[in-house]
Amino acid sequence: MTRRSRTDRAGKVFTWLCGGALALNLLMAIGLLALIARHGMAYFWQSPIAELTMRDGTALIGEVHGWEEVPADVAAWVGERRMRLKIGNRDLYGLDFRWVRESEVDAVDHPEDLVLLERFEWGNFYGRVSALRRAGTEIAAGGNATWASLPASYERKSAQREEIESLASGEIGRVNYEMEKIRLAERRAELRGHEAGAAELAAAIRAAAEMGARYEVLASQLVGMREQLKNETLLMTAADGQQKEIAVGDIVRYLRPNAMGWWSSTVLYFSRVWEFVSGTPRESNTEGGIFPAIFGTVMMVFLMSFAVAPFGVLAALYLREYAKDGPLVRAVRIAVNNLAGVPSIVFGVFGLGFFVYLIGGTIDQMFYPESLPTPTFGTGGMLWASLTLALLTVPVVIVAAEEGLAAVPRIVREGSLALGATKFETIWRVVLPAAGPGILTGMILAMARAAGEVAPLMIVGMVKLAPSLPIDGNFPYVHLERKFMHLGFHVYDVGFQSPNVEAAQPLVFATALLLVGVVIAMNLVAVVVRNRVRRAYATMAV
Amino acid sequence: MILPDMSLKSTAMRASTALERDGDVVPLEPSTKSVGGRVPDAKILEVSQLSLWYGSARALNQVSLEIPEKQVTAFIGPSGCGKSTLLRCFNRLNDLIDLVRVEGDILFEGQSIYRHDLDVNGLRKRVGMVFQKSNPFPKSIYENVAYGCRIHGIKTKPLLDDIVERSLRAAALWSEVKDRLQDSALGLSGGQQQRLCIARAIAVEPEVLLLDEPCSALDPVATAKIEDLIHQLKERYTIVIVTHNMQQAARVSDLTAFMYLGELVETGPTLEIFTTPRKRQTEDYITGRFG
Repeated sequence: MTRRSRTDRAGKVFTWLCGGALALNLLMAIGLLALIARHGMAYFWQSPIAELTMRDGTALIGEVHGWEEVPADVAAWVGERRMRLKIGNRDLYGLDFRWVRESEVDAVDHPEDLVLLERFEWGNFYGRVSALRRAGTEIAAGGNATWASLPASYERKSAQREEIESLASGEIGRVNYEMEKIRLAERRAELRGHEAGAAELAAAIRAAAEMGARYEVLASQLVGMREQLKNETLLMTAADGQQKEIAVGDIVRYLRPNAMGWWSSTVLYFSRVWEFVSGTPRESNTEGGIFPAIFGTVMMVFLMSFAVAPFGVLAALYLREYAKDGPLVRAVRIAVNNLAGVPSIVFGVFGLGFFVYLIGGTIDQMFYPESLPTPTFGTGGMLWASLTLALLTVPVVIVAAEEGLAAVPRIVREGSLALGATKFETIWRVVLPAAGPGILTGMILAMARAAGEVAPLMIVGMVKLAPSLPIDGNFPYVHLERKFMHLGFHVYDVGFQSPNVEAAQPLVFATALLLVGVVIAMNLVAVVVRNRVRRAYATMAV
Repeated sequence: MILPDMSLKSTAMRASTALERDGDVVPLEPSTKSVGGRVPDAKILEVSQLSLWYGSARALNQVSLEIPEKQVTAFIGPSGCGKSTLLRCFNRLNDLIDLVRVEGDILFEGQSIYRHDLDVNGLRKRVGMVFQKSNPFPKSIYENVAYGCRIHGIKTKPLLDDIVERSLRAAALWSEVKDRLQDSALGLSGGQQQRLCIARAIAVEPEVLLLDEPCSALDPVATAKIEDLIHQLKERYTIVIVTHNMQQAARVSDLTAFMYLGELVETGPTLEIFTTPRKRQTEDYITGRFG
């Protein structure tokens, strides 16, 4: 009786222990996500702009980014509170943020006529509008009149900016690409020798001249458009009375946050989120969007999946179905499992040495001698990064696929063989489909691992800022040799390599949140696919 | 002690009522190749001096046996006596197991099935098998039945449709599944799955059907259905059945072979084996004194 009750108690404690451990795990995961989500999502919300009147008579305009106690090393002010104020106007003050002690401030106000300008360069501007000028002549003066005439001017200029962008990335991008091709053709002809390549060389030089003329026309057109973009300016007055003329064409967004209702604030919030997700980065990644990084991450994971799936499954098939079980197979299996534990940076080094230098270098010498010494495939790029990651994740796929294959009952294979099917037919038509969900589970694990991997990519093709996406409108449309951006690296870069750390800090959270979101989205897709496969084949009647 | 003649009669009666009840139990048309005037008792399989080892353990010892065409031959005996092993020799399914060694020979229609140049897949097409545990493929009912035909190169849809329907009718399953041919076969009940496996086996039109304890995992109702089916099928196929259940052997088989410890103890018409066994071991087993 006592013995019985003692074991009961032990069992109860054990149950609580298990439940507690699970709860703790959940709590950590939820806490992590909640922290990232809170900081990441707050980044897009516009807080009101404060105008501070200081005790010494000066004024400051900016957004309050939190309070803290003055740290002990600033002995004179210990015990006081201070706020972090985003004052913007980097072109005037040099810094985006400054500390303001509570005792310095005389009064805080939130007047409705304070204006926030988001700019393509130099970050935010806080102040008041004074006048709107076109080609030097004033077309509106005074706060409210200028504000009222700003939308029309902004519309004109943003239309012009779009034109410039489409010209620069479309027409001029194509001409540049053609010119580069001609230059390479020229070089190729030179390499073949003067006799053989003479005709081609002449053709290339002719084409180059033609293209050069076209480029001149387009470039001068572009210069004219850029000048036009600058011809309407907004005269701004900063908190300390300094005046600054800002071209309307340089403005991303203009708002009076203190005058906005909740509806327009919400609209603003989502338009900022959209800009973040779909735009390209500005100001060394501290502003603008991160679309290239999202694109690079997703494309890399897809390429990786295409590379890893056949290799992993074929290897698992051989290990499980064809190889005779023995010491060698067991050794291979142990090696595969250990491979999964090799630090990822080691794979990066291998990828650099093998894929980039050896294979890429050889490809360059054989197929792209004309562009040497500039490497084409002999440098890090999308393809090599994907293959390196495929190598990194192949053990995961092999192990999962092997387990999936092993779970197909022997009697089902015999059923197929007894009908006169060959071993290959049996594997192809019965065993593989039945093992499909298991294999897909392995793929999900591999994709999750690959999407979060940063270290090896830093040496096989990931960059801080890629000038162009790996897919564009120039033949052959998919450029696997190009370098690319990646969300994981973007977090690191923005957080720790940025020249403007304080401005970038919320971006770290927003980018991290997006990275988690992208990984979850890709996994969900894979899970849905797996469940469909599972339903199609039901569960094995073991 | 069972009364074999009575049980035989009752099975025959049940078979005929089954025919009336299930309108869809229509035997397949006689195949042209077996029309060739073979006498009913002609032997289709002939086992001579067959011994088999799993590694160093001998599972079959000098077994010699003849299996007549279009009759039901039952292998009975206690667990581990080698009856399933012998059955799996007929379609060379034992080849898949490592370290199996075979001596002696089996002739299938006068040809050795253990010669080196034999097309094993061709043999397995002609000697179909149904397993102890139902093993439908994780595919639709239709695809399960069509599987063997697809393997052997039949691709035209109308022909496949026809074969699937005839096979399912022959396996007395058509009326139960005709409206859900595209559903997963794994959703069928155990008895239905086993009949599906029979349909799958006969879809490739084998000459011999090997049944390895086909009812051991089924309830009595499903077992009765399978037994009825065996009676139908022996019109068309030579059937070899392994069973633990002596009443079943008595009900369905024409000939019975009793095996013990890898040796064939006694073989003969079922009626004789069950009423007047010649060997002491056989009698002990049948009367339940051991096994």
